[in-house]
Amino acid sequence: MQRATLDLWVGLFVLAGIGALMILSLKVGNLDTYNGSDTYVIKGNFENIGGLKVRAPVRSSGVLVGRVTSIEFSTKTYNAIVTMSIEQRYQFPKDTFASILTSGLLGEQYIGLDAGGDEMMLKEGDTIMKTNSALVLEEMIGRFLFDKASEDNAF
Amino acid sequence: MPKRIIAGIQKTGHRTIEGVRRLGQATRFFLLVLLKSGASVRRFNLVVRELYYVGVLSLIIIVVSGLFVGMVLGLQGYETLQKYGSESAVGTLVALSLVRELGPVVAALLFASRAGSAITAEIGLMKATEQLAAMGMMAVDPVARVVAPRFWAGVISMPLLAAIFSVMGVFGGYLVAVVFIGVDAGSFWSQMQSNVDFRIDILNGFIKSCFFGVAVTAVAVFEGYDSLPTAEGVSGATTRTVVTSSLAILGLDFILTAFMFRGL
Repeated sequence: MQRATLDLWVGLFVLAGIGALMILSLKVGNLDTYNGSDTYVIKGNFENIGGLKVRAPVRSSGVLVGRVTSIEFSTKTYNAIVTMSIEQRYQFPKDTFASILTSGLLGEQYIGLDAGGDEMMLKEGDTIMKTNSALVLEEMIGRFLFDKASEDNAF
Repeated sequence: MPKRIIAGIQKTGHRTIEGVRRLGQATRFFLLVLLKSGASVRRFNLVVRELYYVGVLSLIIIVVSGLFVGMVLGLQGYETLQKYGSESAVGTLVALSLVRELGPVVAALLFASRAGSAITAEIGLMKATEQLAAMGMMAVDPVARVVAPRFWAGVISMPLLAAIFSVMGVFGGYLVAVVFIGVDAGSFWSQMQSNVDFRIDILNGFIKSCFFGVAVTAVAVFEGYDSLPTAEGVSGATTRTVVTSSLAILGLDFILTAFMFRGL
């Protein structure tokens, strides 16, 4: 085979391979959302985190602002300590409210941040004071049945 | 009776020693190829030539099988997911299974049978027809001239082929799920993009395919170089290449997956 034709085919092959990698990272993956921006770390103590996982999204008004980086259990308070890294460009007041929510009925769990009105902003390493635990279906059903039973007794 | 038992034990021992000896030979040969890769860098057109035979000619089988694997994943995924009313997650299913596992593994298995066997047969036949010995006579090192370019061509083409396989698979899944069945295109792509992570999924899949490329081509060049210089020896070596490299791919895949995705 001619040297030039050979080079052409190999060049096309390598370009197709690199193109495939680009498509994978940009179209299939989420490289375009990695803006490499700096993040700061904040913590939150939750009574119950339900099915929250590491790398779960942190959203505010539905917009992705950060991710959960680690989940630990504290034997001092017997609470779960969730560490999340928030993008530097999103600053939240000190009295921000963090709750564990579920997207859809069976969807993944995420942390929702509702900004408060404080003048001071959360800084690196701060802990969110106001948190709301995940809804656990069994507890909800249990409470509902209990209420129902006490209602019936009233009559 | 004890004689027979002793003979049996001896046989086991002999086989073990042979196996270890071969493994050692293969490792030494692998290091030798790495050591003599200088010529492949200096005369890169040798590698380009092999890239054509190893990479470009494998494209057809990779593209076609990637497309079909993706289409089957789309169909099967849709069938199961629609029972739970979450058929829009079919994009995530197709992309994750392709990028993490099927892309690197199936592409490597196809590569082993398409290109690995060809490398072994070619080198084996060169040895059987004493071309390698003739090169040695002319002070041309056959490892540097024949083996190393093939090895590097395989190592370079494997990750590229795996990426092409994954992209074709995602396209096949899109074709079946969105175009034929009618899953919403927006949720197909957005669910896929929010669940496929660049570092965890795509980069790890890429690293996997690099490992497979080294494993497959190292086995292929060693079996070819080590084959008995007869017609039977070459055919045996070709079979061993496909069997050994397929097993190596699956074994390596388990080990790599255990390291990459544990605890996620």
